Amino acid sequence: MLAFLGRHLSMLKTTNQIKGHAFKDHRQERQILVSRSIFAFVFVTILMLSLLARSWYLQVIKHEDYQTRSNNNRISLQRVAPNRGLIFDRNGVLLAENRSVYSLEIIPEQVKNLDDILQQIKSLGLVEDKHIERFKKRLLGVRRFKSILLRSRLVEKDVAIFSANGHRLKGARVEARLVRYYPYGDQIAHAVGSVRRINDRDLQRIDQVNYRATRHIGKVGLEKHYEDILHGTIGSRTVETDVQGRVIGKPLTEIPPIPGKNLKLSIDIRLQLAASKAMDGFRGSVVAIDPRNGDVLALVSNPGYDPNEFVTGISTENYAKLIGSADQPLFNRALRGLYSPGSTIKPMLAWVGLENKLITEKSTVEDPGYWVIPNKEERIYRDWKKGGHGHKVNVYTAITQSCNPFFYDLAYRMGIDTIAENMFDFGFGQSTGIDMGEELTGIMPSRDWKRINRHTDWFPGETVLTGIGQGYWNATPLQLANSVSAIANSGERYNLRLVTAIEENSDWQDKQPQLAERQVDFGDGKNLKIIRKAMQRVTRRSWNGTAQTAFDGATYDSAGKTGTVQLTKSADEDEEEEKEKKVIAKKFHDNAVYVGYAPVTNPEIVIAVVTENGGHGGESAAPVARLVLDAYFNGTE
Amino acid sequence: MAFVDRDISDKGGKSLAQKLHIDLPLLAGVLVLMGFGLLILYSASGQSSLQLNRQIIRLAIAFVTMLFVAWIPPRIYKKWTPLIYAIGILLLVAVLVVGDEGKGARRWLDLGFFRFQPSEIMKLGIPMMIAWYFSERKLPPNFRELLVAGIVIAVPTYLILIEPDLGTSILIASSGAFAIFLAGIRWRILLSFVSVAIVYAPLHWLFVMQAYQKQRVLTFLNPEQDRLGSGYHIIQSQIAIGSGGMDGKGWLQGTQSQLEFLPERNTDFIFAVLGEEFGFYGVLLLISLYLWIIGRGFFIAIKAQETYTRLLAGAITLTFFVYVFVNIGMVTGILPVVGLPLPLVSYGGTSMVTLMASFGILMSIQTHKKLLPG
Repeated sequence: MLAFLGRHLSMLKTTNQIKGHAFKDHRQERQILVSRSIFAFVFVTILMLSLLARSWYLQVIKHEDYQTRSNNNRISLQRVAPNRGLIFDRNGVLLAENRSVYSLEIIPEQVKNLDDILQQIKSLGLVEDKHIERFKKRLLGVRRFKSILLRSRLVEKDVAIFSANGHRLKGARVEARLVRYYPYGDQIAHAVGSVRRINDRDLQRIDQVNYRATRHIGKVGLEKHYEDILHGTIGSRTVETDVQGRVIGKPLTEIPPIPGKNLKLSIDIRLQLAASKAMDGFRGSVVAIDPRNGDVLALVSNPGYDPNEFVTGISTENYAKLIGSADQPLFNRALRGLYSPGSTIKPMLAWVGLENKLITEKSTVEDPGYWVIPNKEERIYRDWKKGGHGHKVNVYTAITQSCNPFFYDLAYRMGIDTIAENMFDFGFGQSTGIDMGEELTGIMPSRDWKRINRHTDWFPGETVLTGIGQGYWNATPLQLANSVSAIANSGERYNLRLVTAIEENSDWQDKQPQLAERQVDFGDGKNLKIIRKAMQRVTRRSWNGTAQTAFDGATYDSAGKTGTVQLTKSADEDEEEEKEKKVIAKKFHDNAVYVGYAPVTNPEIVIAVVTENGGHGGESAAPVARLVLDAYFNGTE
Repeated sequence: MAFVDRDISDKGGKSLAQKLHIDLPLLAGVLVLMGFGLLILYSASGQSSLQLNRQIIRLAIAFVTMLFVAWIPPRIYKKWTPLIYAIGILLLVAVLVVGDEGKGARRWLDLGFFRFQPSEIMKLGIPMMIAWYFSERKLPPNFRELLVAGIVIAVPTYLILIEPDLGTSILIASSGAFAIFLAGIRWRILLSFVSVAIVYAPLHWLFVMQAYQKQRVLTFLNPEQDRLGSGYHIIQSQIAIGSGGMDGKGWLQGTQSQLEFLPERNTDFIFAVLGEEFGFYGVLLLISLYLWIIGRGFFIAIKAQETYTRLLAGAITLTFFVYVFVNIGMVTGILPVVGLPLPLVSYGGTSMVTLMASFGILMSIQTHKKLLPG
């Protein structure tokens, strides 16, 4: 090796002696390059050896010194998670809070005899054999100086027992953590949403620095939509610790976390609970809104689920049960359930007819119990009532008693273009603007819609079906309520909203209500008066209204409209979901719908109810609406 | 020497490695290093499978790039060298005008479908250009030629310096300087440059350096002075390495690393995790792996058939060495803190693809050879 090196060093000398050569000498050039390369390699090797020498110095000569310093190491940076913002109802009742959850943990390295201490803890009644078994599984392959979970969700009594005996249980400790808690559980699940544990997929899209100390993230509903506002900003502190990892004294430096902001909702928990109770035994949804500003007062989708289960980690069994249930408790029907509006749209259609002078307040239609397209008698469109509603059905009777042939005829003469254009103004086929995300906008069928989605032309027969709110037409319960709010509020339709104020520096910043983009122009209000009068009669026994029984003896005056409809599938959902829905659609035919508002003068509340498989709207949906309105006006439950 | 000569002229039939233009000793070194690096990264990232997966994807992309680069013969690179250099200069100018700004520096160019740092091109562009320039001239170079080479290096170095990106500009300037050194610059000239630099250094300190840069140097000289500030990195990494001892604390068992005393432990300071968990033996293994790759690089340079390939191979190898030396030197506390990753081990790093491309060039040089008489 040395001789080899020497030869090249001598070559190095010779190359340096050659000067002013006149021609390119390949041999000589090669010699220069080779000798320089070898020189460089020797140089590199020496420097690499110096790194090795440095390591030797640190790791062998000074090892004990650093070992001691490592054991006493002592200043560590801790991250502090911000407290998640709280969610209140409109009267300041807590809907989502943060509760302390205690867990018993052990640092194996600090325990002299692990089995001993586990037996002691067991004899205190804090853990059972299954906890110890799971603990031992967790112990494998985990670093011994890290805290390992022995039992989660300790109750207050356990914590007391532990603190009384803690001094004898060195290495074991109780950790307190704030965890989201929803006091009203499944009754409010679909209105508030829920947080869940952060998983690998979340990690890829969140700000990893800000979520460093956070364990949960808003996954559904409001909790997801307002995640940025609710979460807050991470804090940190440097602390000195002893060998055991215990913090000594005060933090050396500290940046406190900034808690998430609190939200005030439009929801009235009293009304929400009443609506939830009224829906007991039904699959379906109730939406109550204030037509004067778009506030959602109650939002129920039944059955619900307990969001608290998801916070602490739901068991696979229970999750499978939720997913597998034909009742689809995880499905937010108010936001994403698409139902044919059925007869509930008749007042709106009547108004369009009056405005366009296709009908008048006095004009009548003959109803023998069926209707056919003039000059084309191949298909018969039936009324729901055998024998029909008589020879002279006017617009009042047609709405109050929900006469189909009146609206077959009206829709047929009106044409799909006029229907679609006007129903867009009522908010059909469009977002209600609700601040929740993942809302479905349903279908308001039109020529254009059919060409794009069905690749065929529009048929007149489809216009006839559209006249009674069936066929392709569908909408969510939120949209149904929103459309009626236009009538209740004399034309000013607001975007729906759940959050009315956000707390900043202990000051509530109100959010202003926003008018919807498209509005109905009721003009002088003459025709609006007609349909409101008709809707009022729907709830009256004296006018033989379809909801007369449900509203017998009410202490307030209300107006409404019943509907009997079929559950349909949405056009833009994926196939699997579609299949699921078809199964349901077959299983449960007639769904009942009711929309209404009260009081009749200066309405304060609009309600939409859908009960799947509820039969006639007057028989199941209207009574639910009655219970909710009673709760609103009388405070009874 | 331990390297096996695999000149294709020695053999009759072509093996798979020859068909793919792979240099087996270099490949073996790179693969073992990657594997060892992933092992360390898994621990340093706090056992994050997410980080591990991403790193594997990056390594895979870089590996494919290496194979592709190796497959192209060196004469093509030589032919395109001036163009590559010119495009590199243009992109460096472009980045100053329309580049994406981040953390107060313009380093990224967004082409719509992907983002990259034009300075990466220059990491190869400069040694290629110097090698190309000298390959057509008599060696050792005369003074005029040295001046031209100096300008070839200075222009891109300056463009990168004002982005600003001190680390990379030092790195590319030295890659060019290595090519000049290998081309046989006279010792007399070299020594006079070094002495000028020594005289200049204090002037630079007084008039040019920014306060934060001075602080880095001061902290390096006396880390205990600033225990919770920038000295924290240096102290904690030395405690980690030193407490590892001869055998180390064991994989995933490093208290310094796992209890998060060590900052940037998965990126620039990953060497400290190795030192703590695998001890001196681990350090010995890692340095041996690097030395094996560097040694093979020089072997390829010596065996190369023409000036261009010899200079290029040698300069690439020396630049790789600088990466390794600066990073380990910084983490063990014999060099000031400069933001350079440990090649093929640190998490992330936009430079991984460039690095593997340079190994591809080495392989290309070794495996595309003409049969020469004698």
